[in-house]
Amino acid sequence: MLETVLSGLSGLGAGTRYLFTQGGPNVIMLMIAAALIYLGVKKKVEPLLLVPIGFGCMLVNIPLSELMESGGLLRILYEMGISNELFPLLIFVGIGAMIDFGALLENPKMLLFGAAGQFGIFLTLLLALALGFPALEAVSIAVIGACDGPTAIYVASQYAPQLLGPISVAAYSYMALVPIIQPPIMRALTNPAERAIKMAPIKRSVSTQTKLLFPIVVTLVTGLLAPKGLPLMGTIMLGNFMRECGVVARLTKASENEIANIVTLFLGLAIGGTMEGHAFLKPETLMIFGLGFIAICTDTIAGVVFGKIVCKLTKGKVNPLIGAAGISAFPMAARVVQAQGQIYDKKNHLLMHAAGVNTGGQIGSVVAAAVMLSVLKGMGLI
Amino acid sequence: MDNATWSFGLTMMIVGMGGTFLTLWILSLVMDILKKIFPLADKAATPDKK
Repeated sequence: MLETVLSGLSGLGAGTRYLFTQGGPNVIMLMIAAALIYLGVKKKVEPLLLVPIGFGCMLVNIPLSELMESGGLLRILYEMGISNELFPLLIFVGIGAMIDFGALLENPKMLLFGAAGQFGIFLTLLLALALGFPALEAVSIAVIGACDGPTAIYVASQYAPQLLGPISVAAYSYMALVPIIQPPIMRALTNPAERAIKMAPIKRSVSTQTKLLFPIVVTLVTGLLAPKGLPLMGTIMLGNFMRECGVVARLTKASENEIANIVTLFLGLAIGGTMEGHAFLKPETLMIFGLGFIAICTDTIAGVVFGKIVCKLTKGKVNPLIGAAGISAFPMAARVVQAQGQIYDKKNHLLMHAAGVNTGGQIGSVVAAAVMLSVLKGMGLI
Repeated sequence: MDNATWSFGLTMMIVGMGGTFLTLWILSLVMDILKKIFPLADKAATPDKK
């Protein structure tokens, strides 16, 4: 009887015993989980994602936790929506429902800024290959430069699931740090005269029919040119079409609120579940964070340099600062441009132009990922 | 980095960046065409309905 009681009691302390004997990585990961939760709660850094990611990370790193084992809660969430790419695509429906592409449609050439803003992806790919990452892992890491969480998760979950945790955390952390990362680069690459350039106000010139046909046409063109990216572009444009057609208000609201919120919670928890100490604490993780940082800095540099070229070509009609908004971090990057412009001239309103470029960056990031996947498919690598 | 990896990386960079620019340029042209086909209606030109 006593033996049975003692053996039963020994099961209670198993987790603690594990922690003190071989739980070093778990302790470090519990500290990282605490840091993520702190950043989300106290510093408001992407709280909607960092809080569930941090909590998922904590759950999976409590010694002898079975949440990521077969049948465990986090494993079920992972298989339900990450290993089959469902969650990032559902989030894209919500993003499409939230975004107004009106500013971009007023001046479609702004899309080219969205292309320049993706340069970081391709440079980072080269750097990741140089550091010894295999091709598909390098591609997944490079997509951090899209500055687009769902796209990064979509690509990593397919081609480098073992790196999903660090890639997702890096993507969302750097997106949140855009207001800190971008301004010094913008100032370093432009002179005061360029920063003070005022752009002509945007005149309303887009009809309802154009706004309605835009998502359909973009889906068709992208699907024909880069079919591997169709799930990404198709879902974002489905959300936008529902928004613009105006006859499915309930679906639009559900997509941008209830569905997006539920999926964000599940997605965050499942990503946190991939951050198990023994798998996460590797030199590769630090390299991924370093490469992600380089990717976002290079995006900004390429965008501003492209802005300077356009400024010269248009004889000073375009403020080069708007080039920095050619990334997918919407609407943060556009607000950064507006704030930087107003430092030099309080009456300089760049927000609408930057918003056009920023929505172009949203499309650009998806197109870049789609093109990259289609090229990989063409090479027979996927 | 061996030759095969270099050539893979450079191919991805050139074709990827070029493909992204090309796709977005085509999209911008299509959007311009859409705007021309469906211009914003001039309210003043709309006849009054009584």
